[in-house]
Amino acid sequence: MSAPFLLLAGVIDTQTPIEDFWPFALLSAVKMVIVFTVYMVGVALLTFAERKISAWIQDRIGPNRVLWKGFGQVVADGIKNFMKEETYPEAAYKALFILAPVLAFVPAMVTWAVIPFAAPLPTPWGLMSMAVADLPVGFLFSLAISSLGVYGLVLAGWSSNNKYALLGGLRSSAQMVSYEIGMGMSTVCVLLLAGNVNLNTIVQQQATQGWNVVLLSVAFLVFFIATYAETNRLPFDLPEAESELIAGYHTEYSAMKFSLFPISEYANMVTASALTSLLFFGGWDIPFTTWDNLPPWTVLKTILTLGCFATKVIFFLFTFMWIRWTLPRFRYDQLMSLGWKVMLPAILAYVVIIAATLLALDIAGVARESRTFTGILFLLNLVCVGMLLFVLDRGRLVSPAQSRLRTAELSRLRAIASRSTLAPVSGD
Amino acid sequence: MAITVKLVNRPIEEASYLRATLGGMARTLKHMVNPHKVTVQYPEMREPVSPRWRGTHRMLTTEDGKAKCVGCGLCPTVCPANCIKLVPGEDEQGNRYPLVFEIDEFRCIFCGYCQEVCPEEAIHMGRHYENAEYSRASFVYDLERLTAQTHPVSQLWDPADPAGE
Repeated sequence: MSAPFLLLAGVIDTQTPIEDFWPFALLSAVKMVIVFTVYMVGVALLTFAERKISAWIQDRIGPNRVLWKGFGQVVADGIKNFMKEETYPEAAYKALFILAPVLAFVPAMVTWAVIPFAAPLPTPWGLMSMAVADLPVGFLFSLAISSLGVYGLVLAGWSSNNKYALLGGLRSSAQMVSYEIGMGMSTVCVLLLAGNVNLNTIVQQQATQGWNVVLLSVAFLVFFIATYAETNRLPFDLPEAESELIAGYHTEYSAMKFSLFPISEYANMVTASALTSLLFFGGWDIPFTTWDNLPPWTVLKTILTLGCFATKVIFFLFTFMWIRWTLPRFRYDQLMSLGWKVMLPAILAYVVIIAATLLALDIAGVARESRTFTGILFLLNLVCVGMLLFVLDRGRLVSPAQSRLRTAELSRLRAIASRSTLAPVSGD
Repeated sequence: MAITVKLVNRPIEEASYLRATLGGMARTLKHMVNPHKVTVQYPEMREPVSPRWRGTHRMLTTEDGKAKCVGCGLCPTVCPANCIKLVPGEDEQGNRYPLVFEIDEFRCIFCGYCQEVCPEEAIHMGRHYENAEYSRASFVYDLERLTAQTHPVSQLWDPADPAGE
């Protein structure tokens, strides 16, 4: 039913998308303001959460002095960053030096636009999609824009005219390029199942077939690891490796220009968590029920699904911090070999396996929504994850500090060691 | 000369990354939900110090508020850091008292010999550790400052009870 017909008939249907321009524009503006505010406040609180969680993991207490339980720390840090002196290195390329933080910050903000964070909300003017922009290109938009963020880091590194900053920028670009591929390939698996890149469609598909983390476990693992590399979080924070690069690409930055880099990092974390939960954990779908995914849409459904989505995102944000305070940073060669020699072949093989299975199931006439379909894919993934954990993960995923030696080489070195006049060092 | 190479023949079966990562994450989570609570919130909470703690000095006084010191000169003699400046004087009744008694707390090594050697139990080490000042000069404690201190004094080591129990 088209909107003009409804208007003529004098019927207000809240279950069809808004078609008039002005309600659409106004509601979109309201959504933008609300989402931007919540996003920025959330990012600010995340810095506090990170400090608290790191403290708890290390048996400390963390910031607890400013206002109630230390929550004022967020405001205090913000004020401090605005008040600090802006410094410019003498040899910096000033235009890009100023532009770089913006280039890092804007894509981090824009990527959130396509994330649907709840079930559609019925309004007097029609059904409002709970994403700022419900684009048909869906997560492709997110992937494309989030990759732009690396320009900020590279230009920050280059324009600082500092060798450490430049190395940090180069590392971040190399890292992005390497892990973008694994990330893209893992979303191909999601695409194979959902048949659409629109995130709402993917959520609906998972509501009927079961979450993709069960159906596409290996793709989830690869995507999960790749998001850590994309957001420059530990164990992939080589661009700002403190022990070797001072602070990496933002070594020369101060005050709010510096602060924009952490803000965009945290914003990217939020987007990555949201994408992980949308692509693999059902997004705003409430688990084990289907009533929340079906029309008629109500305000209650919107609120409940929003809460569900927020819970999932917060869990993944916590995982980001949890992993950061657990794992040490990779060596550069480990980073590269994991990305190119392990993750890329593994996910390519997995795409083939999934595609072949889907084709076989379609030929065999197994309905996509049936339990048999979910069960078969689940068993297949069980086997794949088992292979990953017990066959592939034997010193091959991340090469240890001492590389493996061939027996001949080992005996040659032992012979040299035995002839040594120095005190022998026990071998193993 | 031949070189010595440390050879680690790591068994490949044990060199797992993902499983080790999961183990590590379990460990950190355990600490997070059940931390070892060892932090002392300093200005509000304080760890008790030992009764034999040797901090900055304190001069004890007689009932009429005068320093117990008789200017015998034993503490500047025994002081290994040479941080005590003592000029003895004598009043009309022939009572000796210190004209100048200064301790440079920067030179002091807090050995406690001055307290041990003092025949009048006048100079004491204090059980005290908050000594911040704004200038180096104010770390030279004169007699007035030493007598004005009120913090508890440290106990001498007792040979009969070496562990201090």
